Amino acid sequence: MIAQKLNTKDTGKANNTALYTTGVAGEPYLTDLERTAIDHEVAQVPYKSAAVIEALKIVQQHRGWISDDSVGAIAAYLQMSPAEVDSVATFYNLIFRKPVGRHVILLCDSISCYVMKYGDLYTALQEKLNIKFGETTGDQCFTLLPNCCLGCCDHAPALMIDNDLYKDVTVAMLDCILKKYT
Amino acid sequence: MERPLTQYIHPGCPPFDLREYEMTGGYAALRKVIGSMSPQEVQKLVQESGLKGRGGAGFNTGMKWSFVPMGENAPQPKYLIANADEMEPGTFKDRLLLEGNPHQLIEGMILAAYAIQADISYIFLRWAYKKAAQLLRKSIHEAYTAGYLGKNILGSGFSLEMHLHTGVGRYMCGEETALLNALEGKRATPRAKPPFPQVSGLYGKPTIVNNVETLCNLPHIVNNGAEWFKGLGNGKDSGTKLYGVSGKVNKPGCWELPIGVTVRELIEEHAGGMKNGYRFKGVLPGGASTDFLTTEHLDVKMDFVSVAAAGSRLGTGTMVVMDDATCPVGFVHNLQHFFAQESCGFCTPCREGLPWVEKMLLSLERGHGTAEDVEMLQMHTQLLGPGNTFCALAPGAMEPLQSALKYFREDFEKHVELHKCPYG
Amino acid sequence: MSTIYIDNKQYNVKEGKNLLEACLGLGIDLPYFCWHPALGSVGACRQCAVKVFKDENDTRGRLVMSCMENIKDGLHLSVADKTAKAFRSQVIEWLMTNHPHDCPVCDEGGSCHLQDMTVMTGHDYRRFHYKKRTYTNQYLGPLIHHEMNRCIQCYRCVRYYHDYAGGKDLNVFSAHNHVYFGREKDGVLESPFSGNLVEVCPTGVFTDKTLREHYTRKWDLTTAPSVCNHCSVGCNTIAGERYGQLRCITNRFNSEVNGYFLCDRGRFGYEFVNSANRITQPIIRNRAVEAVDEVVVMDHLKQLMNNHTVIGIGSARASVESNAALMQLVGKENFYQGISDSLRFIQKRIVEVMQSGKVQPASLQDIQQADAILVLGEDIWNTAPVMALAVRQGVMKTAAHHVLENRELPGWHDAAVRELVQQEKGFLANCTIAASPLDELSSSTVHLAPDDLARLGFAIAGRLHTSVPVVQLDSNTQNQAAIIAAALQQAKRPVIISGAGCYNEALIRAAFDIAVALNTPEHEVRLAYVMPECNSMGLAMTQSAGFENAVLRTTREENITAIVLENDLYRNVPAHIADLFFNSVQHCIVFDSLNNATTQNADVLVPAATFAEGDGTLVNYEGRAQRFYQVYMPANKNIRESWKWLQKMEEIRTAQTAEQVYHPEDLLVMCERLMPQFAGIAGAVPHHDFRINGQALPRAPHRYSGRTAILANLAVSEPKPKQDNDSPFTFTMEGYSGMPPSPLIPFFWRPGWNSIQAVNKYQQEPGGALRNEQAGTLLFEYKRDGEAVYFKDIPEAFMVRKDKWLLFPQYHVFGSEELSAYSKGVGELSPEPYLAISSRDADQLGLVDGSLVTIKVFEQAYELPVATNMLIPNGVALMPAGLQGMPAMNWNAWVQVMSVKL
Ligand SMILES: Cc1cc2nc3c(=O)[nH]c(=O)nc-3n(C[C@H](O)[C@H](O)[C@H](O)COP(=O)(O)O)c2cc1C
Ligand code: SF4
Ligand code: FES
Repeated sequence: MIAQKLNTKDTGKANNTALYTTGVAGEPYLTDLERTAIDHEVAQVPYKSAAVIEALKIVQQHRGWISDDSVGAIAAYLQMSPAEVDSVATFYNLIFRKPVGRHVILLCDSISCYVMKYGDLYTALQEKLNIKFGETTGDQCFTLLPNCCLGCCDHAPALMIDNDLYKDVTVAMLDCILKKYT
Repeated sequence: MERPLTQYIHPGCPPFDLREYEMTGGYAALRKVIGSMSPQEVQKLVQESGLKGRGGAGFNTGMKWSFVPMGENAPQPKYLIANADEMEPGTFKDRLLLEGNPHQLIEGMILAAYAIQADISYIFLRWAYKKAAQLLRKSIHEAYTAGYLGKNILGSGFSLEMHLHTGVGRYMCGEETALLNALEGKRATPRAKPPFPQVSGLYGKPTIVNNVETLCNLPHIVNNGAEWFKGLGNGKDSGTKLYGVSGKVNKPGCWELPIGVTVRELIEEHAGGMKNGYRFKGVLPGGASTDFLTTEHLDVKMDFVSVAAAGSRLGTGTMVVMDDATCPVGFVHNLQHFFAQESCGFCTPCREGLPWVEKMLLSLERGHGTAEDVEMLQMHTQLLGPGNTFCALAPGAMEPLQSALKYFREDFEKHVELHKCPYG
Repeated sequence: MSTIYIDNKQYNVKEGKNLLEACLGLGIDLPYFCWHPALGSVGACRQCAVKVFKDENDTRGRLVMSCMENIKDGLHLSVADKTAKAFRSQVIEWLMTNHPHDCPVCDEGGSCHLQDMTVMTGHDYRRFHYKKRTYTNQYLGPLIHHEMNRCIQCYRCVRYYHDYAGGKDLNVFSAHNHVYFGREKDGVLESPFSGNLVEVCPTGVFTDKTLREHYTRKWDLTTAPSVCNHCSVGCNTIAGERYGQLRCITNRFNSEVNGYFLCDRGRFGYEFVNSANRITQPIIRNRAVEAVDEVVVMDHLKQLMNNHTVIGIGSARASVESNAALMQLVGKENFYQGISDSLRFIQKRIVEVMQSGKVQPASLQDIQQADAILVLGEDIWNTAPVMALAVRQGVMKTAAHHVLENRELPGWHDAAVRELVQQEKGFLANCTIAASPLDELSSSTVHLAPDDLARLGFAIAGRLHTSVPVVQLDSNTQNQAAIIAAALQQAKRPVIISGAGCYNEALIRAAFDIAVALNTPEHEVRLAYVMPECNSMGLAMTQSAGFENAVLRTTREENITAIVLENDLYRNVPAHIADLFFNSVQHCIVFDSLNNATTQNADVLVPAATFAEGDGTLVNYEGRAQRFYQVYMPANKNIRESWKWLQKMEEIRTAQTAEQVYHPEDLLVMCERLMPQFAGIAGAVPHHDFRINGQALPRAPHRYSGRTAILANLAVSEPKPKQDNDSPFTFTMEGYSGMPPSPLIPFFWRPGWNSIQAVNKYQQEPGGALRNEQAGTLLFEYKRDGEAVYFKDIPEAFMVRKDKWLLFPQYHVFGSEELSAYSKGVGELSPEPYLAISSRDADQLGLVDGSLVTIKVFEQAYELPVATNMLIPNGVALMPAGLQGMPAMNWNAWVQVMSVKL
């Protein structure tokens, strides 16, 4: 007896045997370190998805930015869908959904720094690094981003690189500041 | 002159640790309350002291608390949240308190939590305040170890958890209901009020959100009483206020002063007057979302009532000075760029109106604007007014614009006439 | 009732509503976007602004969003206020700043909520002269087209798809004026309710991709009220045609059945009507020229009938009229249900139970209002999708209801209610063979073999009433029974759902026993049994014998001519049985609309009209008879309702020219005469000569274009419009232009309301029932004070057998239903065959996902890949049901599974 092959059609697409998945996709490949940190946050909230911003922060801290895969991994871990995670991730400007350089320069462009001419710093940085806002240097060292008020208006203009705050910055100081990160 | 909030803050020096804080009278207010006062009594005391929220809106703090359901049948858990998001451009006062005396905030929070019988508290700290985060983490730990936080605080039967939450950007997070959404791991879009957070807040449970400075006042009110607090003020309001000045002044900075000092005193005495070669043209008295005051308002007292009477708002009390070399159109454009960028995108007027306003201002600034643009801007100041938008972000954005159109209209018209910026 | 004043006129309005609902309910045109009757208010779009005044002396007032304001007694408001009007028109201007203004090429044009509101507010002159923001669109699968630039950010899509329907893969991204609505990346939308986005979205962001392939403006469609053909729920639809082609299906609101929403099978499954596989010509086999005309075929049919025993095989997807006409032609004793005996047996039980009148049937509305729901055995997500959507609403509404107790918050305040609800849910017990998306909603989830599910059911009934004997269960299941029984006991409006899907009759009885036990004055219990096809209930109610009896008869008797009515028997019984049937009948006459395995065996093949080309009545799972109307006359005159052909045959056979021309309603009268159990069905529909003010009802809206030129390529003169003698409708735009009675609404349109939002105008109050709504006729009568009876006949526990698996069907929204599978998009989404077994069984056989196995069914072996699943009970195997090209299986039978050694 010859077995009949049950192929109703040949669409070449993946075998869709899932009984409607609820959208939990993405390989759960968070590292142990990330997982432990996320677990700690999950323990403090009433349900898992409430820890999603913390999870994004944790993963970003380890990987520098949040890739589509990271979104998938976080989603799977917190029993959310990737779309739910990404909806939150894309809302916040300090969750980076694109790769950034090793160091992120956040130049304050808010009102006090405007009055104190942050524009001069921006011009100088553009020249020195050859990048505009939103861009990363060719050597992946710096990403330059505008940022709203850094809360140090009495020492405007100000900028932050990674966790370091620089106050009363002048164009002359820039070389010295940047050198620390190269 | 008493400076209860900043007495022990010395910029440049590390803040008090727990022991130092206790030695200078720290946590005495907590002991007093827990030993001898009912939550209702604390609420009443604060209400009587006339303490108004320092987050911008200036609502009586004790009154705000009184809407929280109390007693056995109240929903559980209840939450107390310190709003340390401070992202209003031109504002840097909470930073001083957070970096200068974290235990003062923690004690204030425990007092507030006790008054509303909250079970869990959060500090919602803006991302940029790295140093504050570090200090708060350490101080919260110290407070837990000393038994000021956690289960059965000082044997009173009252328990309180405290967590530090650091944000990931977005000015909207400072708006109290958006803040709640952010804490719940959602997009920081605001919620409709009513229901107010006091009734349905974090995770749908009763919640109070107070500004850092508001909370830091509490230990002192408890220690010294309502009358003392009222007596601190200089004008129509109670207490002291953290004032700040930034812009082209000689000594920008932040100082604790009796609430109600005049604009002039702040700029001329405390900030050391305008920098050489620059003249005062106008000032946003309390952050980016307040109306301009101009030379005619220099003697206005910086309290909630007086600033309002002058057509602006005390807001955060940290002022941004605009000098005569800065183009008001560019200045306002910078603000509107900020607001348009920080709109959450939920309601139409804010999401679509602000970018339009921003574009008109930019084109005016570059000399491409028309008289109709100025009219259109004027119209938008009304269209984006309170009540028309979902939250107070866009109405706040309109305050500097409407007052700029009022006081500096000539500047706008010059741009149209000359087809370029007269400020070069 | 409260008294409010709108623009100084006094009105009495219902409390608990918001001002927008009040205004719309009073017929005042107030624009809105983000509010939707099924979704509530969030106050995002700011389009519905009105002025509210403190009292009659207040002249300044303040602007409020009407959708966010409660009705209060004595309230003064103004819609006409100048600032309010200016603001509303400004909102449109803002929304239009980035809108592409591409109405001429936009599929939404002419049925666009945004267009309507733009006209309504009077915004007509563009002042924004900067660059527009633009987006990239996404591929969302074969059903939905995405065009993000048209978005006005009302958030309705996410609120519907994610919040209301529970879909996980559509959301809002980014912030400020960059907010984006779509998936996190390109891909097929996962929810089988995605099609409702087309109607929920007020603009052309989400549009019907299938319509796009043969696009027609709403105003150019000829439409008629219809009833979905693709499951037993009987959702009300509107079907639209142009140029002799069916173009689209949209929802037809009614408050009893489907409300505002359809499932994607129902919305997009229509394309079988346009299929190249259609039968268009009568065919007499084995002639030089097989395709013949009417006269020849009739003549031939006469010969096949004369001197022959004529038997009829009925159909679960043909109308009551066609089945009745067949029964009339062949005689009651010669009429057989064209379904397997095992299914017939189960459906007979269902009919008995419903006819007993002991328990009331559950409408979808009842399910939405339920405060505890038990699904026993039926995979409703896949067999009755819109019912699953209703279950979701029941669960969510109960939770909302609960948190709103003792609070002042109004139920329409959507975001605030959700905040309070948090993770809370109403009670749902989903007890099925395998996992289902409903599991995530359910408080009790049980996956067992059907007999064990039935035992669980009896155990629940036993806990509710002592008449049902105690069932021995393992402690875990025992526990679940206790939890479920307690939850049902506490509920005020419990609903029990089961069905024929598992081919297990004990489940039907168990569900009934539970419902009867709950039928006390404390509860308003409702019971629903899902059946496989759109007229399964109508067929089952004939109480005729099953197909196997017909086969038996054909093998014993000579000289039989069989008439098979719209039924692919190869889908209903195993091939060898169908083959036997065709080999033993002498002649076989087949009526159908599409070619299939059965039509291959026809000696005479007669083209039957589909739902779009004919009139008829279907009886849904609740016993609700609903009428569908012909949308258009097929150009090919040979295509007509089976009942029309059958009447002709009756005339020929009895050699009498019928004195009276039969109309559909006459057939229903005949049906009642033949079968008293159908009493009332004839009253279900207005007669063909129903008129309003002497006028018939137009199928085309008055803006219909090209009336005089549409056939100019064929003849210069305008042809006489086609006449419809079967229904009150005309095929043109002439006729009564007011609001027709609810079953006769061919389209929703009111002046100023071209979009589907016009539904508001047809309702008694926004979101409520239609004016004078009659959503069909219920054929089962509830007898309030009948005595409780219980079945008590409890099956043995399921026992795993060595090397054998008990085979059950796994249904799929896309693919399991016969007709919809001919639609391109639906076909694309249907799965490949597989055999699903438990992970443990797979382990023991050394199989992993994708391993090939052979299963032996009736001496025929089939090879297919394995899908393992942890939640399938051991000893049970599942295969997708009803896929095109797959043989009919003997469900609920033991099969051997062998690993294919490579
Ligand atoms: C857009 C927006 C941003 C805000 N940002 C802050 C903030 O950063 N910090 C703050 O304390 N209050 C902020 N507020 C005010 C809060 O909503 C809230 O009124 C305040 O935290 C209450 O505290 P208080 O009663 O102690 O003033 C903001 C309000 C709006 C509308
Ligand atoms: S896509 Fe449609 S439904 Fe969604 S926000 Fe935009 S306009 Fe509204
Ligand atoms: S319908 Fe009222 S704000 Fe959108």
